[in-house]
Amino acid sequence: MPLLHRLSRINHAAVGFTLDGVACEGRAGDTVLTAILCNVERVRSSEFGGAPRAGFCQMGACQDCWVQCEGGERLRACSTPLTEGMRIVTTRRA
Amino acid sequence: MSARRNPLIVGAGPAGIRAAQALVRAGLRPTLVDEAPRCGGQIYRQPLVEDGRAARVRYGSEADKAERLHRGFAALDGRIDYRPQALLWNLRDGVADITRDGVNHRIAHDGLILATGATDRVLPLPGWTLPGVFTLGGAQIALKAQGCAIGTRVVFAGSGPLLYLVAWQYLKAGVRVAAVLDAAPLSAKSNLWRGLRLAPAIVLRGLRMATELKLSGTGLHFGVTAMRMEGEARVERVAFRAGGRAHNIACDGIGYGLNLRSETQLADLAGCAFHYDARDRAHLPIREISGRSSVAGVYLAGDGARIAGADAAEAAGERAALALLEDRDLPFDRVRAAALERTLLRIDGVRDVLEAAFPYPTHWAGDIADETLLCRCEEISTGEARQAIKDFALIDINRLKAVSRIGMGRCQGRVCAAAAAELLARETGRDGASIGRLRAQAPIKPIPLALMTSDQPNEEQHDQAH
Repeated sequence: MPLLHRLSRINHAAVGFTLDGVACEGRAGDTVLTAILCNVERVRSSEFGGAPRAGFCQMGACQDCWVQCEGGERLRACSTPLTEGMRIVTTRRA
Repeated sequence: MSARRNPLIVGAGPAGIRAAQALVRAGLRPTLVDEAPRCGGQIYRQPLVEDGRAARVRYGSEADKAERLHRGFAALDGRIDYRPQALLWNLRDGVADITRDGVNHRIAHDGLILATGATDRVLPLPGWTLPGVFTLGGAQIALKAQGCAIGTRVVFAGSGPLLYLVAWQYLKAGVRVAAVLDAAPLSAKSNLWRGLRLAPAIVLRGLRMATELKLSGTGLHFGVTAMRMEGEARVERVAFRAGGRAHNIACDGIGYGLNLRSETQLADLAGCAFHYDARDRAHLPIREISGRSSVAGVYLAGDGARIAGADAAEAAGERAALALLEDRDLPFDRVRAAALERTLLRIDGVRDVLEAAFPYPTHWAGDIADETLLCRCEEISTGEARQAIKDFALIDINRLKAVSRIGMGRCQGRVCAAAAAELLARETGRDGASIGRLRAQAPIKPIPLALMTSDQPNEEQHDQAH
């Protein structure tokens, strides 16, 4: 079950992206973090212990929600607006 | 008069907006740098797109203040050099390095107002890295700016006014709030009677929120200790002790935080002198009530300098701008400056009351188990930090960082430094003042390794009027 639950913007335009190769939908106005956590319950694995992480502060301070794009680029999910066609990886150790 | 460079303001929250307005009124054209895409700071944060919710729904009792600030900021359009979604990551010799969209801009400035705000103060607990556990501020941002709840059965824990505010906001949004776990004992709340005289609206609002939570069936627990967030792939329940017995509550989301901590890295890079502030239990840049720091031309306003809340931030931002005008030999309103200082002193009295009503849990550093992660970036356990302190006879927080890597991870100590300092003080029997403070390093947040430089080596926009 996803971690976040939408209470508004439910009928906003869909924004397509992929999570670990699987097609997913976010909504216009989503951050990458919101889009991911409305679909799944983690954004990455810790690079040391491998435990799941899903962000923490949501204001760009804790740096817990870094994700990788398929091209290798890193994004801080909570402060990056979701855009159409993003290809995000959560299973690789970011 | 010879042309002088424009002032630079960092942060577009209540302090930064008020500072910008005051400088514009005086005929200056400040540069304003902010990490967010839209103004408001964290407290008056705006959604990325309109979501159909009224300000009253989003900001509650503070809706009028939020709208006034947003409107006031919109009216500055074209009269300031506004740089949203930009990170100021280094300050040196009157030049700021600012990245935006992968391009680095070097901005030379004359006068710097730091309105960098605050984040949640967090003390590590078992399970605090589990998915579904967010800071109180994070839980609030999810709701306010993204229109999302962090769970369907949520527990809020920690202490501070934000604890009850966020819990109440979730309740009003129709989310099941399973429990509010206050680390402070109920007896501490008797301090609010003093607050009733100083700030009746704030205290009564808090009481109303607590009452509505209680009436809705939310369990309110005080003097909560031994809290553990439990689950496998995500948080599933919280265990704790309160009222002399053990409790266990199922939940799928937790908002957690213990008041706030100031973002002081830029004041440090700017060369400001610091001192230990016993109320905030933190080393903070020294500041006069006017906003002047120990460095000429550097001014501090809002929660980034000391925790005082959004109303104080508005007053402090404007006051700091007036100090900048005075120091630039420009006309400024002395009567207004004095009135702002009176406002700041009054709010400071309220903060004393709130701190007494939501006291810091001094038992944490002694209670916390060795296996609990202290640093979530580098995954350093409390036990490893304790061992390092013992093995190397450490008494300084920067030495602890060098030896253990605490504070060296991606967050640069924003999350763990307060806890590490409390632990070091406890283990060595010293007070917070004597263990020192983590020195800030540029870049203050991660930046891309490959940064383009902007065309102009130094952007020096001069103020034509003066």
